[in-house]
Amino acid sequence: MWMPEMPAFAPFFIGALIALFTQGKLRQAILLITPVLSGLHLLTVPVGTVLSFDFIGFQLEVFEVDKLSLLFGYIFHIAAFICMLFALHVKDTLQQISGLLYAGSAVGAVFAGDLITLFVFWELLAVTSVFLIWATRTERSYLAGLRYLIIQVLSGVVLLVGIIFYAHEHNTIDFTKIGLSDTASWLIFIAFGVKCAFPMLHNWVTDAYPEATPTGTVFLSAFTTKVAVYALARAYPGTELLVYIGVTMACFPIFFAVIENDLRRVLSYSMINQIGFMVVGIGIGTTLAINGAVSHAFNDILFKGLLFMSMGAVLHMTGKIDGSRLGGLYKSMPKTAILCMIGAASISAFPLFSGFVSKSMVMSAALNNGYGWAWLLLLFSAAGVFHHAGIKIPYFAFFAHDSGIRTTEPPKNMLLAMTISAVLCIAIGVYPQALYSLLPYDTGYNPYDATHVLTQTQLLFFSALAFVWLNLKNMYPPELPSVNLDIDWLYRRLFPAILTPFFNTFWALDRAIRKSFMRGVNGVIGMVARHEPDGILSRTQLSGSMVIWVSILLAVFLILSFW
Amino acid sequence: MAKQKQDKQYLFDNPKNVKRLLYIVYAICLLLVLLEFVIHRHVYHSWEDIFAFYPIYGFVGCVVLVFVAKWMRIFLMRDEDYYDKLEKKQHPAPAEKDSANKTEEVKQAQGGNNVDA
Repeated sequence: MWMPEMPAFAPFFIGALIALFTQGKLRQAILLITPVLSGLHLLTVPVGTVLSFDFIGFQLEVFEVDKLSLLFGYIFHIAAFICMLFALHVKDTLQQISGLLYAGSAVGAVFAGDLITLFVFWELLAVTSVFLIWATRTERSYLAGLRYLIIQVLSGVVLLVGIIFYAHEHNTIDFTKIGLSDTASWLIFIAFGVKCAFPMLHNWVTDAYPEATPTGTVFLSAFTTKVAVYALARAYPGTELLVYIGVTMACFPIFFAVIENDLRRVLSYSMINQIGFMVVGIGIGTTLAINGAVSHAFNDILFKGLLFMSMGAVLHMTGKIDGSRLGGLYKSMPKTAILCMIGAASISAFPLFSGFVSKSMVMSAALNNGYGWAWLLLLFSAAGVFHHAGIKIPYFAFFAHDSGIRTTEPPKNMLLAMTISAVLCIAIGVYPQALYSLLPYDTGYNPYDATHVLTQTQLLFFSALAFVWLNLKNMYPPELPSVNLDIDWLYRRLFPAILTPFFNTFWALDRAIRKSFMRGVNGVIGMVARHEPDGILSRTQLSGSMVIWVSILLAVFLILSFW
Repeated sequence: MAKQKQDKQYLFDNPKNVKRLLYIVYAICLLLVLLEFVIHRHVYHSWEDIFAFYPIYGFVGCVVLVFVAKWMRIFLMRDEDYYDKLEKKQHPAPAEKDSANKTEEVKQAQGGNNVDA
């Protein structure tokens, strides 16, 4: 039964198909067991496995395994299981099936050995995940989902054009290092950049993710952006431009996160910030930096998932997610509060938590390779992460002023999923060697030296002190019910504002022209078809005049026939 | 968390406990600065030579972050329904269609006069 030849995405698609035709407990069991069985299968697959076939003259490698793709394959399986467990209480076929297909698409994408296979899964990621947003079934989520889908599919289209150019110029569709050189490579780079939430292309994350269902956001946070990180790590390692892009990504979202009210949107901004660290690592491109980037992606899936889960639990239990409407929940959801704080400590990179052992690799690599300025900015954003994700999220949800909301802990499956994530976060922080052994390169890096532990703890505690001080002095910006403008203002406000009047006048003009034309046509018809005594067709004619006309016609015919 | 009867007196309802927590934070901060004298830090970047560089950088960085973000509110913050106002006006279709469908379904469920069905 265990065919090593089976591509890793297949069990997910088969599982989704079976789940579609089952119900109740049986379906729940299938949803849970699919990632487990698929994961066990993946453990038996050795590095170097390739599964390929010919397709219209191209060698398609639908399943190619190396250490890099295997790392992402493992974490996607873990994430799929945790997400499924977290969403187990949801009785919504749409979400259950699309969740499984979405996870399968992500697994398919990271094991794609050629660009065409990558493209197929790239688009599948978009199409399967949008239902997790639409499943909220509100007008807001419907529109946000549409915007999400348009941007994601556009990314796929750009990728396809890039692939066509690339295949034409290089005569290969192998998915290996591409590097920035010609048009094709730029197009592919931009397509990856859209999914990776590059600055200016980032807005779909903060627009759509907070509109998904409480459980859907957890799925979304795990896969799409990490597939893009993987794709960049494979195709563009050592591209210096990525250092600049990554530093920007790490820095600018934290300002938005500080003033954002929707706590899931805060986490979305914080997600861009974390991806920034990974992108910097890929841009530096040394073995240590790449290791740091991909291990941080691994950890981010766990701790960001944990944070999104805790906020999902809050939303599920209270129906609210705005910082201004929450507070004091530690009284009724103490377990969730503690689990959330473990996620917060991990993302802030406290020693003994998972963020610490991966983020530091990127930071060290930046210093070792002469990117001192980048290191300073990353250090600033590392302090900022603690500020907005580490403190703000737990503080405004569970502490701060008491909102008066009294609820209970979330369902057991939610708590269990969060507990598994939390245990993994701590386990990786305490025993990083387990994670390091999975990384593509062996660098012998040790995160736990006295300097690193001391400096990181200093940085974080004084960030906390800043928070305390600002709060005591009443200088901390209060949570306000509000919307903050971002790039989406361009396509949600400015473009419609310009284009709507333009199209309105255009359509008005068009309507006027057609109206006057129709009036002319109607006039002619009216003139011809009038049945009054003076109407053209109702006039009485003499039969003699017909004879004259016939003879004139014959005469003309006779004259013409002489030529 | 203090698990007392229903209602009242949770851990941080008592201002004393909040004070205690803050004193712990202050104490740890002080301790971390003092540790600079004991532990010799490796220095890779010239700024790291500054005494208590990390504490200063962390504190100042966060204060600057908050002040800049606060300033950004002046020109970025809008009403909560800023986008909804415009978009819901332009795309009322799905909701209306939904309700229309629903009434249709309700009619059918109630045994409406749809002869063909």
